[in-house]
Amino acid sequence: MSRIVDPTDERVPIRRSLAARPARIGGTIALLDIAKPRGDMLIARIEERLAERFPGTTFKRYRKPTFAKPAPEELLRKIAAENDFVIEALAD
Amino acid sequence: MPEAVPQFSLTDQAGKSHMLLGDRPALVCFVKEDCPTCGLTMPLIERAYRAFGTRADVVAVGQDAPGNALMIERHGLSVPMLDDSALGVSYSHDVEIVPTIVMTGADGAELSRFEGFGKSDWQRIYAELARTTGLPEPRTEWEAFPESRPGCGSKSVEPGIAERLAAEASGSRLRARQIEIGAAEDEFEFMFERGLTDGLPVIPPTPERVIRMLAGTRRDPQEVIATVPPNMAPLTIEKVAANAVMAGCRPEYIPVVLAVLEAICTDEFNIHGVLATTAGATPVIVVNGPIRHRLGMNMKIAAMGSGNRANATIGRAVKLVLRNVGGARPGEIERSALGGPGKYTTCYPEWEERSPWEPMHVERGFERGDSVVTIFGLEPGPRLIVDQLSRTAHALAGSLGMGLEACWHPKLHHSGDVLLVVSPEHADTLARDGWSKADVRRRIQEVTARPIRELLPDSESGEGMALARFGLKNPTAEQLEQRIPKFHSPENINIIVAGGEAGKFSAVFGGWFSGKMGSISVSRKIEEVA
Repeated sequence: MSRIVDPTDERVPIRRSLAARPARIGGTIALLDIAKPRGDMLIARIEERLAERFPGTTFKRYRKPTFAKPAPEELLRKIAAENDFVIEALAD
Repeated sequence: MPEAVPQFSLTDQAGKSHMLLGDRPALVCFVKEDCPTCGLTMPLIERAYRAFGTRADVVAVGQDAPGNALMIERHGLSVPMLDDSALGVSYSHDVEIVPTIVMTGADGAELSRFEGFGKSDWQRIYAELARTTGLPEPRTEWEAFPESRPGCGSKSVEPGIAERLAAEASGSRLRARQIEIGAAEDEFEFMFERGLTDGLPVIPPTPERVIRMLAGTRRDPQEVIATVPPNMAPLTIEKVAANAVMAGCRPEYIPVVLAVLEAICTDEFNIHGVLATTAGATPVIVVNGPIRHRLGMNMKIAAMGSGNRANATIGRAVKLVLRNVGGARPGEIERSALGGPGKYTTCYPEWEERSPWEPMHVERGFERGDSVVTIFGLEPGPRLIVDQLSRTAHALAGSLGMGLEACWHPKLHHSGDVLLVVSPEHADTLARDGWSKADVRRRIQEVTARPIRELLPDSESGEGMALARFGLKNPTAEQLEQRIPKFHSPENINIIVAGGEAGKFSAVFGGWFSGKMGSISVSRKIEEVA
């Protein structure tokens, strides 16, 4: 991670554009547990409901080492490479 | 009132956290392993700890973890050796030399400090600690120690590290928003994607680099030096420094960049118009005075480009500020139909020493020893005027005039500022006949003067001047013979000398729209930082 001093007048908020919205839900969905307590329960329930609504969809589980830090770059790359969608579960 | 020393918390060799609370006397000794004077000092630090450690905080602060371990082994230390390999504590204590020995009182205030090794300093410290703690001084065979030894450079002031520490310190001079670039992102691509560049790669303005750039000026980074059109954004020196880093400037160039920006962000210069015009103009920067030499600017072969860092990056830094802070981006507010290579950067010094005339800044009322920028809103690039045959000043100045007549359009006379760059060989020809700049200007006006009838739009060329410009409606044949010189005034022909010693080629930067309704050239003295 490197940092730069913003060379602009700072009137434009720092914002990344969203990826284009897919036409339909399907393919492979990543379920990312950020390692908060009971996040796994929430993830399990989401998977159950989505599997009913979107038969034929594949689910892949991922977990961050700790919720206190951003996900490692390697994990983000892996999720992006292996999936069509990602759902990140916050819980407590 | 002695200044309170910053308090800190660091970990020792046993992983135990030490917090210096400033609630009892302390002796803080900054050391690094590869410094022989630190090696000489370590036994005295250890003795101070054993003698006074129960009633005073005696600690060594080591600047790298492996070195700290070596020192502990080598000297059999029991004194807490605190790990300052991040160098934050060394930095916040302004340690430039190791060893630096700092003694603080029971109130946390700094009582004394010394650098290197001094036998009498250590004797004084032992006496002071004995007095404040009520404990006896350790027995020391002082004759085994030299009177004094110089210290070594602290790791916290090593190049690259000092800037990082300054950037990280809570009292950092930087206030601008900082943007994190992910490890998976290419930082150069990131700069392109965010629209921060002029189309060429830029150096990412990391806090370290911006801090280093700011060393080039004595001015406060938060000083607002201008309001930049078109967005009318306030411009701080910190923002200038970030863009100067991107452009590739060295810190010593920044006073020139600041002077240019202060000069062009004025009503007179009208940078908004210079950038927004569909014609295509750019700030053309001329540098005069001693700073040309100090920055290693090129005023000789290929003075107009390319190959010289100062020439190239000063002009580029100005344009990046206008783009990034002012919001002048091509296709948005910057709307030149064709643009031009000079829109990347246009900044040249005058070769004053090779000129037979007064340099431009002296003509404009400055002292020869002043360093000055003069900026014109002109076409973004020079064009050559070839004359390899003239051997008299009269003939050569005539040629230059004919070349200048093509600016804007040959039929557009009564026009405004241009910048004529006279090459050394041409300057020699003019000087041999004793011609002054005024003589050259007079001859250019003379040779370009055309009857009004030749300047009117016609079927051969629809461009030209309207009769109304001359206050005429139904002109007589005689009125149409009135001769109109190319320039509104001889002073519109701005002249400098630059270029290689060989080559009978001069050049002109054609004009845009000068004067009160357009852009008035501005000169400004550069802040000198020795």
